[in-house]
Amino acid sequence: MSNQLRSQVGPYFGEFGGRFVPEPLIAALDQLDQVYQEAKADPSFQQQLDELHKNYTGRPSIITEAERFAREIGDIRIFLKREDLNHTGSHKINNVMGQALLAKRMGKKRVIAETGAGQHGVASATAAAYFGLDCVVYMGEVDTERQALNVARMKLLGAEVIPVKTGSRTLKDAINEALRDWVANVETTHYLLGTVAGPHPFPTMVRDFHSVIGNEAREQMLEITGSLPDAVAACVGGGSNAIGIFHAFLDDPSVELYGFEAAGAGIETPMHAATLSKGVPGVLHGARSYMLQDEDGQTMESHSISAGLDYPGVGPEHSWLKDLGRANYVGVSDAQAMEAMRLLSRTEGIIPAIETAHALGGLPLILDRLPKGASVLVNLSGRGDKDMETAGRYFGLLG
Amino acid sequence: MISVENTLRSNKASGKGSLVGYFPAGYPTTQDSIEALVAMAENGCDVLEIGVPYSDPVMDGPVIQKATEQALENGFRLSNLFEVIAGVRRRVSTPLLVMSYWNPVIRYGTEKFATDLAAAGAQGMITPDLIPDEAGNWLEISDRLGLDRVFLVAPSSSNERVSANSEKSKGFVYAVSTMGITGERTELDRLAREVVGRIRESSDTPTCVGVGVSNGQQVAEVNSYADGAIVGTALIRAYQEGGHEALVAKTRELAGRLG
Ligand SMILES: Cc1ncc(COP(=O)(O)O)c(C=O)c1O
Repeated sequence: MSNQLRSQVGPYFGEFGGRFVPEPLIAALDQLDQVYQEAKADPSFQQQLDELHKNYTGRPSIITEAERFAREIGDIRIFLKREDLNHTGSHKINNVMGQALLAKRMGKKRVIAETGAGQHGVASATAAAYFGLDCVVYMGEVDTERQALNVARMKLLGAEVIPVKTGSRTLKDAINEALRDWVANVETTHYLLGTVAGPHPFPTMVRDFHSVIGNEAREQMLEITGSLPDAVAACVGGGSNAIGIFHAFLDDPSVELYGFEAAGAGIETPMHAATLSKGVPGVLHGARSYMLQDEDGQTMESHSISAGLDYPGVGPEHSWLKDLGRANYVGVSDAQAMEAMRLLSRTEGIIPAIETAHALGGLPLILDRLPKGASVLVNLSGRGDKDMETAGRYFGLLG
Repeated sequence: MISVENTLRSNKASGKGSLVGYFPAGYPTTQDSIEALVAMAENGCDVLEIGVPYSDPVMDGPVIQKATEQALENGFRLSNLFEVIAGVRRRVSTPLLVMSYWNPVIRYGTEKFATDLAAAGAQGMITPDLIPDEAGNWLEISDRLGLDRVFLVAPSSSNERVSANSEKSKGFVYAVSTMGITGERTELDRLAREVVGRIRESSDTPTCVGVGVSNGQQVAEVNSYADGAIVGTALIRAYQEGGHEALVAKTRELAGRLG
């Protein structure tokens, strides 16, 4: 079997990707790229990361078959890759541990991060505490409110959380602010970017750190069912958990790939974050990729009940997979996601993050494209504890 | 012929030096920005940079961010940019460069953007988030249309990059004087001298120093080793605090110590 699609290492994925950043950052990107290449070629680096994942993250993550949930959806088998059981509660820690090790290799004592849902911020604060690094997390003011519990977690872990009050006051603006900090402090600081967006080498490097998800799951599925799944599904914000589980299957043509984007109030309304379904290619945050923009090239505000998917851009590798037709991207509304959140909670005793609920809420939408009895692997990217306030309000559970 | 490079060269040769002033198009309105840019030209700016308000200005500090955000809130559209260029060009002969983040340019169409900019009377473009490596057809288009294209060089840039970016620049090379984003620094960085020195070693294109210049003393100091000082934040702050009159006074103060 050829590894044609899997072997892409950037800086470009077809016509997407690149390094559209101010010159002052180029030296830091070059350094990161070089240190990452060296680390990749150094068996002791992978060994160190594997040890950390085994003894700290809690890898490998298990697979749970969701039989009662599947029965409610249709004639399919659903397998959940349990990234929610990782330390800190989501897939984000996979990337963070890798980048924190690189920060140490570069001798950088300060890390900065952006966060939407707060999961990447919490993971970064956690790694900073573990490795003894200073940590500053930029978070849109809107998100500090809807993910207040994660703000408290980051602070307890010793990180400084800076609410970003510019623009739409969400993830996009947190990335702008982190980039500004990085331009100013590039010599001492590593920017621990939390998804597969941004300038090269981030999309490739972050993907590599998350590819452990799909690599494990591919073997686990072969073990459990004796064959590859018919489809693999994940939610897509910037795209890190999705590419993490897709990557191992890119060159398995029998495996359909589904990325579920946030359709907010509906993909036909302006209130959505369905970048791949509704956007056009452009340059945002250092890479050429699909994005939501107006006719003047101004970035449009995205909307989603989920802070982690509320982003008008997406990683360049997804744009490439979309144009190739290798992966399918489908919008899932707030209402569809919240219904799936409730359903999984009640049928399986697993409360997913609202981001993750988009991957579950998308399954009924693609049912007619799947063979009868299909086995579907879903990336359960995170747990829903952080979303209890939003969910409590949404479902009227707060008395 | 209006030329950025000739202006900088002759001001350098005469010992005067140059002041390059930045102001955003459409701030606070299209007409106000024309008046502001004309006043800057009439009171001491030798080259004008017309900023394009953009939703995600990662190279700008809070003062410019706030101004460009306000321009967008007041309804700025790219069509207004060309109105501003034409409006300023009608009244002064000072060389004009557009300063734009890359996405508005490619969305509009690089060729069309360049053509319309030239037709309105501007001399070229500064692209803060575009490195020559990614510039694609902008290099060919600007050559063909005879437009200036200004790339950045930073203290962190390797010698290879300093020489490549300088070589690809036309009009001038933009030396970023501190590692930081735009906003005044009380002390101009010694790094600025070091960067200009490295640019000079690899290129004879004029070099202007920006990011951090905020008073007449610094403008004169920069001109002692570079071909021009670029000021944005300090001008906009003056405008925010005291309107058009304060902008005029600040421009005079900035230019006041030039020979
Ligand atoms: C649990 C969870 N899943 C998914 C996402 C979306 O990010 P990405 O698309 O990079 O996986 C987030 C982001 O905050 C998250 O917390």
